[in-house]
Amino acid sequence: MLAEILRRLMATVPVMAVVAIAVFALLHVTPGDPAVIIAGDYATTDDIARIRTRLGLDQPFHTQVAIWVGRIVRGDLGTSIFSGLPVSTLIGQRAGTTAWLTLFAMLISVGVGVPVGVVAAWRRGSWIDRAVMVFAVSGFSMPTFWLGFILVYVFAITAGWLPVQGYLPVATGAWPFLSHLILPALTLSVAYMALIARMTRASMLGVLEEDYIRTAFAKGLAPRGVLIRHALKNASLPVVTIVGIGFALLIGGAVVTESVFALPGLGRLTVDAIVRRDYPVIQGVLLVVSGVYVLINLVVDVLYVVLDPRIRY
Amino acid sequence: MHDEDPDGPIDQTGTVYSPCTGRATGSRPAAACYYRRRGLAAVDVERVTPREEHDMIQLTRRRFVAGATTVAAATALATPRARAQKTGGTLRFVAQADLKILDPVWTTAYITRNHAYLVYDTLFGTDEKLAVKPQMVERHSVSKDGMKYAFTLRDGLRWHDGQPVAAEDCVESLKRWMKKDRFGRLLAAHTAKLAAADRKTFTLELGERFGPVLEALGKPSSNVPFMMPARIAATSADEQIKEIVGSGPFRFVKDEWQPGNQVVYVKHADYLPRNEAPSGSAGGKKVNLEKVVWRYMPDAATAAAALAAGEIDWWEIPPIDFIPKIEQTASLATFLPDPLGTQGWLRPNHLHPPFNNKKARQALVAMMSQETYLQAAIGVPKYYRTCPSVFACAGPYASQAGAEGLLHQDMARARQLVKESGYDGRPVTVVHVTDIGFLSGAALVTRDLLTQAGFTVDLKAVDWSTNLAVRAKKDPPDKGGWNVLHTWWMAADVMHPAVHFGISGAGPGAWFGWPEIPQLEQLTTEWVRATDQPRRKQLAEAIQRTALDEVAYVPWGEWFLPTAFRRNVTGIQKFIAPLFWNVSIG
Repeated sequence: MLAEILRRLMATVPVMAVVAIAVFALLHVTPGDPAVIIAGDYATTDDIARIRTRLGLDQPFHTQVAIWVGRIVRGDLGTSIFSGLPVSTLIGQRAGTTAWLTLFAMLISVGVGVPVGVVAAWRRGSWIDRAVMVFAVSGFSMPTFWLGFILVYVFAITAGWLPVQGYLPVATGAWPFLSHLILPALTLSVAYMALIARMTRASMLGVLEEDYIRTAFAKGLAPRGVLIRHALKNASLPVVTIVGIGFALLIGGAVVTESVFALPGLGRLTVDAIVRRDYPVIQGVLLVVSGVYVLINLVVDVLYVVLDPRIRY
Repeated sequence: MHDEDPDGPIDQTGTVYSPCTGRATGSRPAAACYYRRRGLAAVDVERVTPREEHDMIQLTRRRFVAGATTVAAATALATPRARAQKTGGTLRFVAQADLKILDPVWTTAYITRNHAYLVYDTLFGTDEKLAVKPQMVERHSVSKDGMKYAFTLRDGLRWHDGQPVAAEDCVESLKRWMKKDRFGRLLAAHTAKLAAADRKTFTLELGERFGPVLEALGKPSSNVPFMMPARIAATSADEQIKEIVGSGPFRFVKDEWQPGNQVVYVKHADYLPRNEAPSGSAGGKKVNLEKVVWRYMPDAATAAAALAAGEIDWWEIPPIDFIPKIEQTASLATFLPDPLGTQGWLRPNHLHPPFNNKKARQALVAMMSQETYLQAAIGVPKYYRTCPSVFACAGPYASQAGAEGLLHQDMARARQLVKESGYDGRPVTVVHVTDIGFLSGAALVTRDLLTQAGFTVDLKAVDWSTNLAVRAKKDPPDKGGWNVLHTWWMAADVMHPAVHFGISGAGPGAWFGWPEIPQLEQLTTEWVRATDQPRRKQLAEAIQRTALDEVAYVPWGEWFLPTAFRRNVTGIQKFIAPLFWNVSIG
């Protein structure tokens, strides 16, 4: 198993290389020029040309790629064109927020979505099942920013239980930390909660019709034991896949949530960098996020083996 | 290194202590506890403003937040406790943009200029009445022939690293600024020698007469001649400075700077304010706050909710459509910090047809209806005014000289001028910036008016960053260039000829659009060499006549951007940038 994991890790290297070069190429065909943004309103054409030279933007594309890849190999993600801060510092400042937000959102999504899906499958056709389906459709349909503001209105402005915006690190205390994450995580989780509930229900419906489930009930096992130990375990592979994909999507989907709640996360860092054409930051963040995606896929693959020992790669 | 926050950890989110539980709650408004204690449900609070129920029915994002603002205001009005929770010496401020560049000479970005007003000091300041007054300078003298200036610094000025401010520092700072700024370049072109005479005194010797020396040194807007230690000011003007050390009233805390999120400043304990009352960037910069935290909130609705909930104290520039709700809120107030306003521009590209033809450009003046532009772009008449002048209407050089075409729209004349220009029907590319509301509105009006005047219009939709790249292109419109763009400048930047980029006729060296009008350059040079105000006024009028006759650009009016704050914030001054000295928080 360990050898397999190592082999898969090694296989991520060419994937990351392709991602890196694709990102670099896409950015350089996008309209916009950081030099003119830096140069400001008073700049002459000569000023802009001088800034382009200083940033190395006047070099041929292949030279720029080579310089950037050379830096990446040395572990240097570069420096923000605007702030002058290392990209690794900027990512470090933001990664914690996004990681916690994603983790909490996924905990809520799984914590609610899976049990709800199991119950809906078990009570197929009942009002519970229909309620879950209504919830799932609603969860998919609600725009994140709209839901975010509704939650702010209800829980922050009207009830005053939670703050409107911002992020405080864990070091400031458990409640200040949690209170700033609850609404954003809830906002972010609703769509995935619905997705996971629906996927769990569908998967469970298939398993519940299997002979071994009927046998388990016939043997007199308690419904809870049958549902969790026998049915859910066998129904969990598609759910794990969805959770893995969801994790990856949550990182990307956090952009809107981070904006609505003014959270200093990777999503906003990326959007700000794109708006300003801060190439090193965009490239650095995308590279790191791509790496996280690859790792998540790896973890999902490993979980497959754990959950179903018949699976071999 | 940075000071301990007297109020606990960084208060970027407005964490306060709950009056219900006594625990830190984040930013819980006291009002909620107040209502719960009285057995009133949240919905009871909602009913305070029935109008909000209607708004909620037709819920849009802005309507929702506007409603939320009012509800929060109603609760705040009912509970003075909300004010008792304020965190003494820390002011939480939502800035107009994200501070990404720290060097106020390297960039002209207003956000960087505003940051620099906290950190750096200036030799001279500009007061509310636009008068230039000494700031770091204790006294100055001018030779009888007006060709030699001597400046002596105040005693006790110190950099944030503890070192005393020396004349040599100011000389190096001015030299760096003179390489970047238009006014500075003009001054440099007339300067024979700039050098330190002793530890506290430096001299400026002119090679040619230059009237507005003090105006240049007290220039209030980008690039402001801020003073830095000589070792930092020695950095090339084309490179960003690496170290942020000023002698201003606040210190920048680099360790707590998070681009895209927050900027932290603490009081500079060694700062020695002047004894005069504060006025603009002049007078005594007395600091009452221990700490200022700038937050960047890209979503206006979030900022509105945070202001209403008391999580922030001051919001620099709320969108104008949020202002009515804020003004209805008892705990909040609005204020016009910059009564000079902002000027909108329609800029033709002089390099390519049809606007390389003077008659086609004059059609732009004939079709102009400032009221139409302002209605579309700004919308609320209270916050805009027509201004048929290329110089700021609140400034000393405002004039209607040569501006007859701006006073009355004449579409018949516009059509006639288009015909006379020999316009061949090729599409006119109008850059349409879609992510800045007022520029988008202006572009749509321009498309309509150009069409009425007989042009074929191609609206090129771009975001602001792409616009910056597009406007720098000298290529023909069908190869990525452009014919017409829209932009805006603070009135302080169009106050007089030495700062006004729109009236530069330097061709390739002029602002984007590149008008080549040698007469404008000549008149501007005469203006900076004039030493008496009547002559300057006369020259400014001549510049305006030429600029409008040649149509360097077309101004489409002025508007004003209010600021919003909680009523426990006092001492906000009128100025083109938010100033944090003299400000207190109750």
